[in-house]
Amino acid sequence: MITHATIRLTIITAIMKQLSAANKFSMVVLLLPVWIALYLSLDRLTRVIVYSFLSMPEDEHLTRAVYFFIFEVPKVLLLLTLIVFVVGIIRTYFSPEKTRAALEGKPLFVGNVMASSLGIVTPFCSCSAIPLFLGFVEAGIPLGVTFSFLIAAPMINEVAIVLLFGLFGWETALLYVIMGLIIAVTSGWVIGRLKLERYVEEWVYKIRSQHAPVEEQPLTLTDRIDHGWDAVKDVVGKVWLYIMIGIAVGAGVHGYVPENFMAGIMGKDVWWSVPLSVVIGIPMYSNAAGIIPIVQALLGKGASLGTALAFMMSVIGLSLPEMIILKKVLKIQLIAAFAGIVGIGIMIVGFIFNAVY
Amino acid sequence: MKIKVLGSGCTNCKTLEKRTIEALAALSITAEIEKVTEYADIATYGIMRTPGLVIDGKVVVQGYVPTVEKLQEIIQTPLV
Repeated sequence: MITHATIRLTIITAIMKQLSAANKFSMVVLLLPVWIALYLSLDRLTRVIVYSFLSMPEDEHLTRAVYFFIFEVPKVLLLLTLIVFVVGIIRTYFSPEKTRAALEGKPLFVGNVMASSLGIVTPFCSCSAIPLFLGFVEAGIPLGVTFSFLIAAPMINEVAIVLLFGLFGWETALLYVIMGLIIAVTSGWVIGRLKLERYVEEWVYKIRSQHAPVEEQPLTLTDRIDHGWDAVKDVVGKVWLYIMIGIAVGAGVHGYVPENFMAGIMGKDVWWSVPLSVVIGIPMYSNAAGIIPIVQALLGKGASLGTALAFMMSVIGLSLPEMIILKKVLKIQLIAAFAGIVGIGIMIVGFIFNAVY
Repeated sequence: MKIKVLGSGCTNCKTLEKRTIEALAALSITAEIEKVTEYADIATYGIMRTPGLVIDGKVVVQGYVPTVEKLQEIIQTPLV
């Protein structure tokens, strides 16, 4: 399976390199039906592999676990490839520079809403968080608006959305996006109202870029397709192993952990499970791709949706490495305020969901 | 030719530096390569995405790592 996927990726990369512009476009159009056919036949293929080829008995723990793994891994990887490709192309129409220009001079609340929404589509990597922060500050964008962007950008990302969609269904994925947006908007707004500018390192406000802004090269459709494909190689290459491990553990949980096992720890009647999930989630960052499948499996064992949602939001949205990076430009008080406000926002979401469902 | 690699030391920045050296070697061009790692210095180039590549004071790459072939092209493109 592993080598198969890697080989396929290498072959397609080689083909893509050789193709001319028009051909690249038709290649994408041709690959789409192949993708759909594969996706639709996953269920049947899994049956054939598990029951006929491996001739495993129905309704046994091991069979259930193996079935889950063989079905979910290709499904999630297929979804991930398509979504990351499409998002990669959409992102070529956005850039931090354009986002900055759109946010300049916007009042607090409107700015927070725009910054959170643009945070989803603007190309962003946590390694660029500081240059982006400095660029926003220099343009005079309010601190609260900048934070709305910095909260939404990592929290609402395509990998999380794909995993939630693939494993939980579209309702949960949508719920996650909406809750993420609300948290980003309100947290940024609160940070803006608290006037925490004095907790930004002084040197940040002294920066004046001495160079004219970099002009952007006009992109052709081929360039955009290339960017989409690069995003697939980059993202899928980075997370496939975590996803496989996560689904393998999830498969084990599905097959072997008794029903209601989690009710006492992550159930909705345990009030402290929400804050505890948020706290545990902060240091777990790079494993976001692997954690969602495990959480999904736990949901079937008595864990409640609110607690699970809070845990995932904390894992994905509040990351210790990012806070350490931000320490270069922010004083500890502001980082604490940021983590505290976002953490409280996530807890409120968790409590509401536990109360409603 | 003076080349600067802008980046705080992330994986992408190291890859960019490595590929730049490879591209220069392939073109048999000698150039002075300097690493700019301080955020305050990077910010003066007006880029919001790392890694960045600056040739003779002009930002030619920001936010991605080009292939060695693409870098050769970029290095050979006369600066306006």
